[in-house]
This record gives sequence, C-alpha cells and structure tokens, in this order.
Amino acid sequence: MDPFDPWSLVQPDQIHRDVYLRNDIFALEMDRLWARAWLFIGHDSQVPEPGDVFATTLAGQPVMMVRGADGRVRVLHNRCAHKGTPLVPQGASHAGRMLRCPYHAWSYRLDGTLLGVPQRDGLEGTSFTTCPGGQGLTAYGEVAFHRGFVFARARAGGPGFADAMGELLSALDLLADRSPEGRLRVAGGVLRTTFDANWKIYLENINDAFHPISTHVSVTASAERVWRDARSASAFAGPSDPPSPARPTGASGAPGLAAADGRTGDPVAASPPPLAMRQLLPFASGYDFFKAMGARVLPHGHSLLGTHHSIHTGYADLGDYGRALHAAHGEARTAQVLAFAPQNVVFYPSMALKGAPPVMRVLRPLAAGLTVLEAWAFELVGAPPEVLRSALLYNRQVFSPMSMVAHDDLHLFEGIQRSLAARANPWVGLHRGAVRDARGGVDASTPRDVDGLDEALLRNQYRAWAEGMAEGAC
Amino acid sequence: MLTLADITRAMLVDFVADEAWLLDARRWDDWAALFTADGRYWMPAEPDQPDTPDRVSLLDDDALLRRVKLARLRDARAHSQQPPGRSHHLLQASTVVAMDAPGNRFELRTPFLYTELRAGRSLSLPGVAWHHLTVDDGRLKMRLKRVDLLHADQPLPAVEFYL
Repeated sequence: MDPFDPWSLVQPDQIHRDVYLRNDIFALEMDRLWARAWLFIGHDSQVPEPGDVFATTLAGQPVMMVRGADGRVRVLHNRCAHKGTPLVPQGASHAGRMLRCPYHAWSYRLDGTLLGVPQRDGLEGTSFTTCPGGQGLTAYGEVAFHRGFVFARARAGGPGFADAMGELLSALDLLADRSPEGRLRVAGGVLRTTFDANWKIYLENINDAFHPISTHVSVTASAERVWRDARSASAFAGPSDPPSPARPTGASGAPGLAAADGRTGDPVAASPPPLAMRQLLPFASGYDFFKAMGARVLPHGHSLLGTHHSIHTGYADLGDYGRALHAAHGEARTAQVLAFAPQNVVFYPSMALKGAPPVMRVLRPLAAGLTVLEAWAFELVGAPPEVLRSALLYNRQVFSPMSMVAHDDLHLFEGIQRSLAARANPWVGLHRGAVRDARGGVDASTPRDVDGLDEALLRNQYRAWAEGMAEGAC
Repeated sequence: MLTLADITRAMLVDFVADEAWLLDARRWDDWAALFTADGRYWMPAEPDQPDTPDRVSLLDDDALLRRVKLARLRDARAHSQQPPGRSHHLLQASTVVAMDAPGNRFELRTPFLYTELRAGRSLSLPGVAWHHLTVDDGRLKMRLKRVDLLHADQPLPAVEFYL
C-alpha cells in the first residue's frame, strides 16, 4: 500500500500547498511523473552529423542525445558504465567516431555499445561480462520523433507516444509548416533563468491569461507612455535623426523615432510602433480579450491557450515569405498554418511553445523550490531571417533574466513559494469556470474547448499530476 | 564645450566612474543622457558573442527600450521593485584600449563586480564593461556600452537594473 495519496492533495478546484513545497514529493514527481512522461529532450537539428552530441538533464537524469554512425538519434545516459564519469560536457559537443571516457579511457560506439577497455585481461574470470557495467552505456528509455522534435521517456507504461501527444502532434506540424521547406532548426542560442520557486507555479502561469493585466501593468503602462511621447516628439522633430549606419534599425527594431510616414498628413498616427513595442504592448490587453481568445483542454495535462486569437496574432508582416509558404503548402494549408498563433501550447509537464514567434520554453526542475527555465528559438528553414530575429527579440524581451516582463512574474513566483508556508489556509484556489466542469469532480472530458480565462487548464494539469503520481507508484 | 583635442585619459576614466555612480544613485535620466541618440546598451548571452541579430542577447536596448525600462523601474506598480532595489558597482581601474582623437573614438575596458539587492536578497556578478565613447554635441557620450558577464551563458537569476 502506497502511503502517499496524491489525490489527498488535489481537490476538484483546490491544490494543497505541499505539492509545491515538499522535497520528498518533488523526488516522487521526478520518478513517477517526469520519468514516465514523454519529455522533450531536443531537436534533431542540434545534432546534424554522426558524432554530434547534445547533453542535458531529463527528469533529473544526466542524458545525451547522440547522432550515430547509422544516422539515427539515440538518447543515452551521460554516465560511463565503469565509474560514473560524464562522457560529454553539458550542451553541444562533437564526439567524433566514438565516445571515450576521460577517466580510464573506456570507449563506446555512438550507439552506446562498449568498444574497448584498456588492459582487458585483468577482467577475465570476473562478473564483468554479465554485470551492467559490461553492457555499455544505458539508454535513457524509449525515444520518439516528430518533425525533428525528439522526445524520450525513462519508464515504460502508460500510453504510447502518439496517444500521449494526441492533438499536440498537429501543433508541431503547424509550427514546422511555417517553414516553406517544412523544416525547423534550433538557432540563435538559449536564454536560461534560474528562480527559487516550484516548476508547477511557472507551468500554471503559462496557462494563466488572467495575470498579464495586473502583473505586467508597469511594463505595458511604461511602454504605452514612452511610445506615445516618442511619436509626439517625432511629429515635430522631422527627419533630423538619421539611423546609425552601423545598426540601421536600432536595437528595438525601430526605424528611427523620427521616421514618420508623411503620406497621411498625420505623422504621429502613421508611424508604426517598432517590433519591440508591438511585442510588449499587447500584454496590456484586457480580460475580455483574453477570455475571448479561447482555450482547449487536452488529455494528459496538455493544453492550447489562444484557440481563436492571442497577443501574437497581430504582428505578422509576410511579403515574399507568405508567397513562399503559399507555393510550398498551397492556399488552404498556408491559411491554416498562419492562423495558428496561439498564446501557448503546453506539453505537460516540461515544455511550451508558440507558433509566431517560433519560440519554446523548457522547464528543468532542480528541487521543490528551484527551477531552471530555458527559452529556445527556431529558424524556419527557407523563411526570411526576420522570423528568427523576431523570435530572438521576443525571448530577450520576455524571457531573459534581464527581461522587465519576466521580472514581475519571477518576483511573484518566488514570493508565492515563501508565503505558501502560511498555515491558516493550505490550499491554492483554481475555481474559475469549475461550475462548467463535470459534476462532482475534476472534469474527465478532454479534449474540450473553454474560454481563455477558465482555470480548467490548470485543473487539468493537476488531474494529470495526481493520475501520474498514483499510477507511477505501481 | 569639449573639443576632441581636449580629451585626456583621465577624463575618459572619470566618465566610466561617473557613469556607474549615476546608476547606483538612481539618477537614471542623467544616466540616459550619457548615450548618443543612437547609443546602445548591449549585454551578450555568451562569451565572444558576434554582433549579429541572429544571436540572442540578455539585453540589447536602444534609446526607446531604455526609456521603457527606466520608466517601469519608477512605476509604483513594478511589483518586483517593492521595496525599491539597490545596486552597487565595484569597479577596477579602467584601461584605455583606444584613444583615437582624429577618429573621435575612445574605448575603455573596465572589470567590475556588480551587486544587486532586491527583496532582501543580493546577487553578485563579475564581468567586464566596454565603453565606446565619442564627443557629441560638446560632451563625451556613449555610442555603446557592452557588458560581458562572466556568467553570460549560465542560468541567471533575475537582474533588474542596468549594470
């Protein structure tokens, strides 16, 4: 009998604080929930050639994604079979034709099988050939691929990849088809932020369209005021402020504040905000906007926020790129691909992505109160470079540790992690929209569509959490 | 009104020290006025990062984005600045790495240890600041301040002020 009952911490519309605070529960989460989930490890564009390696952590385990001599991508533990030395450093590296341990020079083929052990005669007559160490590197678990995205799960059991992902696979298709060639490439570097709060607080926030208007008001009010002032000044300044030849568009993508369009007779109204402003200003959208954006609750904790529109719907300027997409995918598919600009698609429990800009966030939990967030960007192969640049600009403005948007989020998350210690009320409320859930419990019917402010997306995360924690005990 | 012939090494070194002082004193309008109109504040996200829009940066702010960030720091609704944080620049002696009066181009390298105190907790970040200065409208101004953190490509906690 399992003494830990996850359902005692997950009520239909309330979550017990222990799920955020207790390190023993965190250890169970890694073993029962994360190790049994299909986790995103990387994209095959990160290991284009045989011998290319990308090392990271999955469910707290040291792992590496390796491209083999046969061209196949495998996910192996980054741990020498001998004494546990990591074989490759974190991040990207090139192993050449084999993986060689720096400690005692054991070597492995790129598929993980043992290639050579120095002074092998000393092992004769021992259990070496039958023990785990003699079998070479251990695979992390099962691996699955979709449009270049590589997923792996350590522990068997539960639904297979296609069933576990469900509608999320078409979200990956829609993102990949933003490339006229249907191919993505991880590009431009990764931004990583560490914060002293539980990973689930961050993941909830990705599904939380209720917070921007109050949490980010300092950013949006400042951006609105500064942009209004800049436009007014430019109306009188005239074209006396030529852009720098070294950096013609300015770091914010602004074409020079004085670059008013004289065609309309109203230069203030005519000057379009630079892309940096167009990325920031929509955070000020009101409750009605976010409510109407729509959301879709999917099985296994997954979700899609922004089924009708999102703050990302407005800033596409496509030109030749739109024509290239049209030529590649046809009219109907192009329209479908471009219409897909969700606020966030959550791949429970570790990843979330957007379509436009093509960016992705990956959570790497380290302890109950310590998490690393990664912000990645995609190049859409065949698309103009401005698309990748818009993704990198977005990551810098919104997900950098120096981002003024992230600052208020992270400050509040870290405060929550501390204030949940309050004894009087141990529950976190997720009531909004719960009256529409199935009677008598957390709604089991997925997929289903809800409004953008419905906390059904969060209740759905915790239903998957409790189910996974209960099933993983077996 | 300064002319190019007036520029001395001591003036350049003083500029760097005064610039950090303005930041720590929260005199942000005076600080922002130290940039040329097209002046840029850049914090790369990896060592030796090439200057291209195809690599992500931790910060890359022109005049417009600096104005927004500084306005937000003064906004009472900036939750993470309640109570207001504080910063402290510990600067090593600057080295003048370019002194090109005819080209109106002056560059300094300044190692630093930056400390930020916020919400009762402090963080310290070592790094190197590069000041690209020019005489503009009779004053020394920054065309570029580049801040290379030792930890540029590592996971970092929130850092809220300009370093």
